[in-house]
Amino acid sequence: MEKDFEKIFQDKIDQEIKIEPKDWMPEKYRQTLIRQISQHAHSEIVGMLPEGNWITRAPNLRRKAILLAKVQDEAGHGLYLYSAAETLGISRDEMYDQLHSGKAKYSSIFNYPTLSWADIGAIGWLVDGAAIMNQVPLCRTSFGPYARAMVRICKEESFHQRQGFEILLTLGKGTEAQKRMAQDAIDRWWWPSIMMFGPTDDESPNTLQSMKWKIKRFTNDELRQKFIDVCAEQIKVLGLVIPDKDLKWNGSTGHYDFGKINWDEFWQVVQGNGPCNKQRLETRKKAWEEGAWVREAATAYAEKRKQKQAVTAA
Amino acid sequence: MSNTEWPLWEVFIRSKQGLDHKHVGSLHAADAQMAIENARDVYTRRMEGVSIWVVESQYVHASNPAEAGALYDPANDKAYRHPTFYNLPDKVKHM
Repeated sequence: MEKDFEKIFQDKIDQEIKIEPKDWMPEKYRQTLIRQISQHAHSEIVGMLPEGNWITRAPNLRRKAILLAKVQDEAGHGLYLYSAAETLGISRDEMYDQLHSGKAKYSSIFNYPTLSWADIGAIGWLVDGAAIMNQVPLCRTSFGPYARAMVRICKEESFHQRQGFEILLTLGKGTEAQKRMAQDAIDRWWWPSIMMFGPTDDESPNTLQSMKWKIKRFTNDELRQKFIDVCAEQIKVLGLVIPDKDLKWNGSTGHYDFGKINWDEFWQVVQGNGPCNKQRLETRKKAWEEGAWVREAATAYAEKRKQKQAVTAA
Repeated sequence: MSNTEWPLWEVFIRSKQGLDHKHVGSLHAADAQMAIENARDVYTRRMEGVSIWVVESQYVHASNPAEAGALYDPANDKAYRHPTFYNLPDKVKHM
């Protein structure tokens, strides 16, 4: 029986028919999606922290309004994704709990600090750029609610990348000190950004199954290469450099070759030893705990109003 | 005080006067008013709507996808409900 269900399920996937929450699905598919979607949601929420750091210090009102709108978008993206994960049978509180206890991960990129205003530019261009590269194929992922959330997110994400590039472009045309600041930000964000695509294909054991279920459409290495090819061209417009001496065009592959990635650093940050892991998690926990009275008060108020209405109706 | 989650609400947005409200997603809120305000912030940050409906998710009843075959079976063999079922000579115009 189980075998029949699995066959029907895989046939649907092969025919590009979306899976919806109430459809039968293998337990492993459900668990993989819960892990991936909630991790993605947590990344959006934690991702607000490094950028929020610069809202009060944005160089002018225009930049400040833009950054506020961007951070608000990230909150919205987190909410779309949490809702999509909830359709798989996990509650919002369970997901928060997994984040706060350290059981669930979020993208390691947000464990790096934002040291200067130029970092906001580098995050927009590189971090959001890498995220978009990852997210565009997810608009066609096999689980309906996830795909629909991604369509919405991708529509909004495009301005994030463009505003970041514009910040770097402006700094690049500025004084020597501003140029140095932009280059320094790129130097620090480049390698962590290309690590965002995850371990290499031969170190990524789940990729095969995820591709078969069409959760993923491209492998980590394919997406990373695409991103590097795009950035290697875009950097020329900025008049700055990518901090990789091995980065060069390879006519025979039609791609840019690039240097060795420091996977040791990647795993260190994943395991909690990045520059800001502790601080990020503590900030999230504090927000959750100190917001408890608001959640309780709103519940109490709603309850009271409901009772009042019941009395009036009676 | 209890640790219970705020209830889940389904959000429907009318993108433009004259069109249907369409399901756009869901969110948590303590009551209907908060659900509408949150829906505005989460789903209409770029003028995506002119009207919002929210319905507590627990009140949505859904058909069972496992029974889809039987449920839609009655419509399956009634091609004559479609205009293309009828073969008329080409010289018939405006029909």
